[in-house]
Amino acid sequence: MEKILQVKDLHVSFTTYGGVVQAVRGVSFDLHRGETLAIVGESGCGKSVTSQSIMRLIPEPPGKIKSGQIFLKGMDLIQLKEPELRKIRGANISMIFQDPMTALNPTITIGEQIMEGILQHKNISREQAKKAALEMLHLVGISNPEIRLKQYPHQFSGGMRQRIVIAMALVCQPDVLIADEPTTALDVTIQAQILELFRDIQKKTGVSIILITHDLGVVAQVADRIAVMYAGRIVEIGTRREIFYQPQHPYTKGLLQSVPRLDVEGAELVPIPGTPPDLFSPPKGCAFAARCPYAMEVCEKVYPFETSLSHHHYVNCWLQDVRAKALVSSNH
Amino acid sequence: MKSYLIKRLIAMIITLWLIITGTFFLMHSVPGSPFNEERTTNEAIQKNLEAYYQLDKPLFVQYVNYLKSLVQFDLGPSIKKSSQTVNDLLGRGFPVSFELGLYTLILAIISGITLGVLAALRHNGIIDYLAMTIAVLGISIPNFVMATLLIQQLAVNIPIFPVATWASPKHMVLPILALATGPMAIIARLTRTSMLEVLTQDYIKTAKAKGLSPVKIVFKHALRNALLPVVTVLGSLAASILTGTFVIEKIFAIPGMGKYFVDSINNRDYPVIMGTTVFYSAILIVMLFLVDLAYGLLDPRIKLHKKEAK
Ligand SMILES: Nc1ncnc2c1ncn2[C@@H]1O[C@H](COP(=O)(O)OP(=O)(O)O)[C@@H](O)[C@H]1O
Ligand code: SF4
Ligand SMILES: [Mg+2]
Repeated sequence: MEKILQVKDLHVSFTTYGGVVQAVRGVSFDLHRGETLAIVGESGCGKSVTSQSIMRLIPEPPGKIKSGQIFLKGMDLIQLKEPELRKIRGANISMIFQDPMTALNPTITIGEQIMEGILQHKNISREQAKKAALEMLHLVGISNPEIRLKQYPHQFSGGMRQRIVIAMALVCQPDVLIADEPTTALDVTIQAQILELFRDIQKKTGVSIILITHDLGVVAQVADRIAVMYAGRIVEIGTRREIFYQPQHPYTKGLLQSVPRLDVEGAELVPIPGTPPDLFSPPKGCAFAARCPYAMEVCEKVYPFETSLSHHHYVNCWLQDVRAKALVSSNH
Repeated sequence: MKSYLIKRLIAMIITLWLIITGTFFLMHSVPGSPFNEERTTNEAIQKNLEAYYQLDKPLFVQYVNYLKSLVQFDLGPSIKKSSQTVNDLLGRGFPVSFELGLYTLILAIISGITLGVLAALRHNGIIDYLAMTIAVLGISIPNFVMATLLIQQLAVNIPIFPVATWASPKHMVLPILALATGPMAIIARLTRTSMLEVLTQDYIKTAKAKGLSPVKIVFKHALRNALLPVVTVLGSLAASILTGTFVIEKIFAIPGMGKYFVDSINNRDYPVIMGTTVFYSAILIVMLFLVDLAYGLLDPRIKLHKKEAK
């Protein structure tokens, strides 16, 4: 499968009064054409920082991309300067933020807000841009687009606004769409509609989606693959089936147990005890060790290597290390 | 829209009427009369004069008569400047004051906004500190002190500009500068604060994520929203500029309304006091109305009226 985006060993930190926050500490993943990759993890684990690094929208200072590479069509985005990045933002990679109530400019018509993106990147007339905007509104399921185009954000509901934000992000037909918690601010029925819309537009446009969320319910509905993040690192990545049915990292298992399940009656909600580590001075070894019921001595000292469990399924946990497995089987 | 305008008009008239009534009775409650200090007038002449200006009638009758002539846009005769009506005085003095006030307002708005935006864009940079130092000075130095400073520096020490009067554009520079610094400083600070806040908004992030240039982001997405709070203070700034003109006109010997107004208060020249107050109040009330209209135009969320919803 074609790799549209490759993130390699990304390190991002923020210099604050309290010290240096190591927000992202070596994140790597590939994004394939036409797939939806979900990045899940508790709040503060570095999901937004990762996605904003891809857009190169980390505020510098206080933030800084310490090292790593982000390849889009063979270009390393980390090496690009602002003017080149501006050509990529919105055109090749688009981003949707969490709160549709604040993501739109209150004093500009939504038509103008959709059109300005395409006018920025493509050499077309306003008439053509308007046509493209109308098509987009139609695509995201907004009726009466001609009239809606002239209206202001406050004239739309939250769900409608998120549709407009999506239309805005897609108007230049980008290769990659990053959606950072796109449904968190919406109520449940609207959430489902927006997720449905993501699936629909992906089918129609073939856009690759990075879906960031802390909600595994959202993930179950739309993700092809899932990356689980903890304390600035991806600790497990695999297909949706693999993550949901054969989770191997204790943190992934904990996350799954803390999700309400409709299919298993009377299933108990078990939140993971403890809190994530302080990212000012993250632990040397496995960051989950303090909360992990299986933690061993080695876990605190050395960060576990990545173990491949299948073609798609990778995990960073000493329990899955080949040597540990060999030890277990030789003991039997 | 029509019903909004009508409602607004009625409210404006009521406001004006309240101001007229308040000023009228307050003015007469202050001890003294137009003829007090003129020792030369004997009792009989004073009686005649009072009768002529209707000052011998009961206060309420005077009040009603004043309102009556007011609705015919007649502000009455000046007591001190006999043979001149208040309308004459206003007709002569106001155009000059208006020029002074208008240029001041324009200068304050343009320079204040520019300074504020630059400061916000270079937040915590040298320009920011410089702009805010200017702003603090501008706010804390009263305009009459500023006027004296300007005259001393730019007319006496280094004679670039004339010391006083209102004869040519060159004459206008110092009084306008003196009067504009305060409002400019207020606008600059407000613009900066508001701009800084707007720049952290999500829709600015969205605009960046679209690949828009910094210039577009600032002018198209940030500035308009940042100016909304600035527009709301324009009304009160206009008021302070208005009162400022009285002082500045006095210092620079500018033949505007200021001189007549200050004299009229000292002399208890009732019709002039009333006329100037009424006229300036009317202007302010209209200004506030225009500011509201402008706000409605700038911010689509503010509905002054129901747009023809199709
Ligand atoms: N602008 C910033 N300044 C300082 N620290 C930041 C900044 N942005 C993010 N961080 C830190 O980076 C870490 C990861 O944040 P984030 O990526 O937003 O988490 P989430 O997974 O909830 O999206 C957090 O510990 C946060 O405190
Ligand atoms: S490496 Fe050790 S502490 Fe970390 S998750 Fe695996 S078993 Fe738990
Ligand atoms: Mg986040």
